[in-house]
Amino acid sequence: MTRLWSVRVAVGLAAASVVLAGCAGTAGASSGATGASTEQGETLTVFAAASLTETFTELADRFEAVHPGVTVALNFGGSADLVTQIREGAPADVFAAADARTMAKLSGDGLLDGVPVVFATNTLMIAVPADNPAGIDSFADLAAPNVDVVVCAPQVPCGTALPALEAAAGVRLAPVSEENAVTGVLGKVTSGDADAGLVYVTDVTSAGDAVLGIPVPEADQAVNEYPIAVVAGSEQALLGAAFTRFVTGATGQTVLGAAGFGAP
Amino acid sequence: MSRSDSHTGPHDGRVTLGVPRWTLLVAALGVLFIMLPIVGMTLRVDWSRFGALVTSEAAVAALLLSLRTAMMSTVLCLLFGVPMALGLARSRFPGQRLVRAVVLLPLVLPPVVGGIALLSTFGRRGLLGETFEVLGIQIAFSTTAVVLAQTFVALPFLVLSVEATLRASGARFEAVAATLGATPGTVFRRVTLPLVLPGLLSGAVLAFARALGEFGATLTFAGSLQGVTRTLPLEIYLQRETDADAAVALALLLVAVALIVMVATHRPRGLS
Repeated sequence: MTRLWSVRVAVGLAAASVVLAGCAGTAGASSGATGASTEQGETLTVFAAASLTETFTELADRFEAVHPGVTVALNFGGSADLVTQIREGAPADVFAAADARTMAKLSGDGLLDGVPVVFATNTLMIAVPADNPAGIDSFADLAAPNVDVVVCAPQVPCGTALPALEAAAGVRLAPVSEENAVTGVLGKVTSGDADAGLVYVTDVTSAGDAVLGIPVPEADQAVNEYPIAVVAGSEQALLGAAFTRFVTGATGQTVLGAAGFGAP
Repeated sequence: MSRSDSHTGPHDGRVTLGVPRWTLLVAALGVLFIMLPIVGMTLRVDWSRFGALVTSEAAVAALLLSLRTAMMSTVLCLLFGVPMALGLARSRFPGQRLVRAVVLLPLVLPPVVGGIALLSTFGRRGLLGETFEVLGIQIAFSTTAVVLAQTFVALPFLVLSVEATLRASGARFEAVAATLGATPGTVFRRVTLPLVLPGLLSGAVLAFARALGEFGATLTFAGSLQGVTRTLPLEIYLQRETDADAAVALALLLVAVALIVMVATHRPRGLS
């Protein structure tokens, strides 16, 4: 018992010190952000949908390269998390969402500065494990019995387009799971637990050899639009607008296009 | 434990124990720290819609699934946990400390890691998955997967609780019973089990509560489908995407269920 308790105390102390160190880190970072209104060392905080992780990381680097002294701080997450954070006062300057509905929540609350601009589109694609165990090659195959299909729940952006796709293809799916995030769908396909999943074209591109992508001809009738906007009350509204133009401009469109995103 | 308490005061318990004042202050702060966020959340409940939100078809399905799976997990925890605690507390074997550490691992593992671990074992392409597949059993995306995930994270609570009770109660009565000719089976049923009953009960309540709150491992390992794998925590997380009011209402429902279960059944050892 004594040993057990001393172990617990040690674990507790270690956890506490990690927590405290974490707090100190955050405090340092935010004080850096507030002190950034000088010409040198400006920070632009960009909140973006998780599916933009790779492209926006690259775009942030390129933006910093043409705007010396500017640091772009990125925060990626699920749309609900980001919307909640912004509603609760997180210091975001720019928000890039994975669908119009998510953006509408913020504009409805008067939390946007100006009108959101669509900067990219994404369509759904079938992803199957690399060896395609169920022999899927069309959307209709997904409705066959004994095929385990995983999709995004209708409540999340990656699931928004599914009903439209089902209607266009004239096929109703009976998924074994409705995930909260596209990463959940992709994970269950790469692990081989699902026979197929519906994900974005860009997810198939970034998953590489782990999955096989099967295009759905009707997918262009169920397009997801990605809007971007400056957040109301941003202290970096001008820089935010510049970043928005950068994303919708030539460089942004090249980077996004290479990752599989469609032009707006 | 109750035995060691006896020297702190007369056995009638009328005399107030000498607790230093400052500990009460710190303790009150600690209680506030846990209570305030719950209060804060309660203040956000949209009471005009509360009834409708917690009785929606999806909410009821999630609650029933949660209660059903948490109960099944608790039974599994009891079935495996009691012998595990017995082995850890009453016998000596090489590598015992390592075994105890392994048994406690789910306490420190992030739930999503637990989910990945379960998936790589019971998943279709996991360690045992192919064996199950041959037998025609598929665990992924089934309610069985939910129960496995919950049992995985809840088992250490039961083992810890029962093992602590066993150690505190000592082996004297069991030794006496054995010298009087009782077989190990009889000693277990007639002496050990009654002796650890309080620890067993509180361990079972903790395990049930932990199973009720399980989220990460379930989402990773079992998936999310109404009535099959979407437990209350998963439903809360999903509702949050579109309807924050629904998420808060369901969260309050979960808190209420957990509180009722714990207040009604959880009696720490030493209190009667």
